[in-house]
Amino acid sequence: MSEIVIKNLTKRYEIRGNEVIALSGINITIEKGDIYGIIGMSGAGKSTLVRSINFLEKPTEGQVLIEGVDLAELSEKQLRKKRSEIGMIFQNFNLLEQKNVLENICFPLEITGSKKREARERAKELLHLVHLEDKERAYPSQLSGGQKQRVAIARALATNPNILLCDEATSALDPQTTAAILSLLREINEKLGITIVIITHQMSVVTEICNKVAVIDNGRLVEEGYVKDIFENPKSDAAKVLISGKEIRFTPLEHLDSSYKVRIVFGENSAYEPIISNVILKFQAPVNILKADTRNVNGRAVGEMILSLPDEEELQQSIITYLREKGLAVTEVTEHV
Amino acid sequence: MFDAKVIQMLLEGIKDTLYMTIVSTVVGYALGLPLGILLYVSSDKGLKPNAVLYRIGDFVCNIIRSIPFLILLILLIPFTRLVVGQSYGSTATIVPLVICAAPYIARVVESALNEVDGGVIEAARAMGASNLQIVFKVLLVEARISLITGFTITTGLLLGYSAMSGTVGGGGLGDIAVRYGYYRWQTDIMLVTVVLLILIFQVIQNLGTWIARRLDHRKR
Repeated sequence: MSEIVIKNLTKRYEIRGNEVIALSGINITIEKGDIYGIIGMSGAGKSTLVRSINFLEKPTEGQVLIEGVDLAELSEKQLRKKRSEIGMIFQNFNLLEQKNVLENICFPLEITGSKKREARERAKELLHLVHLEDKERAYPSQLSGGQKQRVAIARALATNPNILLCDEATSALDPQTTAAILSLLREINEKLGITIVIITHQMSVVTEICNKVAVIDNGRLVEEGYVKDIFENPKSDAAKVLISGKEIRFTPLEHLDSSYKVRIVFGENSAYEPIISNVILKFQAPVNILKADTRNVNGRAVGEMILSLPDEEELQQSIITYLREKGLAVTEVTEHV
Repeated sequence: MFDAKVIQMLLEGIKDTLYMTIVSTVVGYALGLPLGILLYVSSDKGLKPNAVLYRIGDFVCNIIRSIPFLILLILLIPFTRLVVGQSYGSTATIVPLVICAAPYIARVVESALNEVDGGVIEAARAMGASNLQIVFKVLLVEARISLITGFTITTGLLLGYSAMSGTVGGGGLGDIAVRYGYYRWQTDIMLVTVVLLILIFQVIQNLGTWIARRLDHRKR
């Protein structure tokens, strides 16, 4: 049975008499043990989508099934119980400012009515898991952003959930802290077998730890599948823009624009061969490298390049064929890179 | 001038003033706190919006707060007589003080709860907390500094109002100040009562600030 099934989900709001469609006809299936990324620009509807998974937002149409149970059919009390079995962390951490670290982690257990002593023991175990043993008595105001998110993760895991929802959990953190939090999430996923759903606008987060991804654009699901496949061969415009990573670009490449561009993606095997040199030697034609980058996709080093090819169409086709024969993913790039 | 009798009277006055201020603040909170929670919960951004309930609470609070205290004191004489059996003395003064304080406290509580970060409330909901748990385990805990500050301000306000009730025979230091200072031209006794009121106010305010600072873990 799938861990989370979202069926034909639509969410509409009424704002001052105008109807706003936040999400429309979303279908997503998340299996047990997945680290599932939901990516989109801000305002795409991904926050609403993740809040539908624990029914903080009730869908206008469609269903959400958690381990086969339709959330819409639960009573208010049953729904609260179900929510307590789904952990959630947030961009702004949302810790209780007037409670110390240990009390914060105990809090969900207090809500579900656990014994105080058991809750404290569980909290100490979790502090160990998130590597914050020495911060037991600190208050959130004394912690750094990364430490706060670790406390939030420990708190979300207190009730032993099968699912952990992360709403832009690394967006307020610097790159180093982001990497540390992501590796903690992966550790949790591997050690405890928890299914993790990650909402983000950063492609790097998805390539770093997710195995599957859904791309949301304007309230619609535009692309879904394995991260590896979508990274190598993005089909939707939204995915292409997110992969090109406009927000982390340093040089405005429009100036380097030429008539015909391709994006090639190569894995570890092909990285040993000097492919670009070979192309130039073989076809006796100039190839311009507009952009080159290596990224970590699910723990694999993956190279990415955007090449500008000579104008002659026949030559272009033979170069592309040659690159494909060498096992590279090649896609035409039409937008400004 | 300041013989044993006057000193005795002043001590009585201090006792009555403290009695009126403390009892009316406590009873005022007992009524105002639930009313403030009700206003917060039923407001359109609250945990369980209810326009009718909110409008009633809002209206009652505004009506009572728009009546000047001295007039409220006189308006409530029949009601006070009904509750405590007489309309003068410090116990009788507590009735209008409470009626005046409750809606004021309700507003203080409402604004304190409004300050609690919505994200924290959402996190509690995601943990499966019920509205009741959110009120008692999240809102009142997170807002406690504003609540204590509000409590201090209210106590200071009621200290002043209790002195005002002296004009209609309310007892306490205000009563002494009016009787000796205004009716008998004994300015020295009036000045002493004023100094005493200032001292009491300082103690209340500083104690409140000290407690609030000690309990606040937000910034160090």
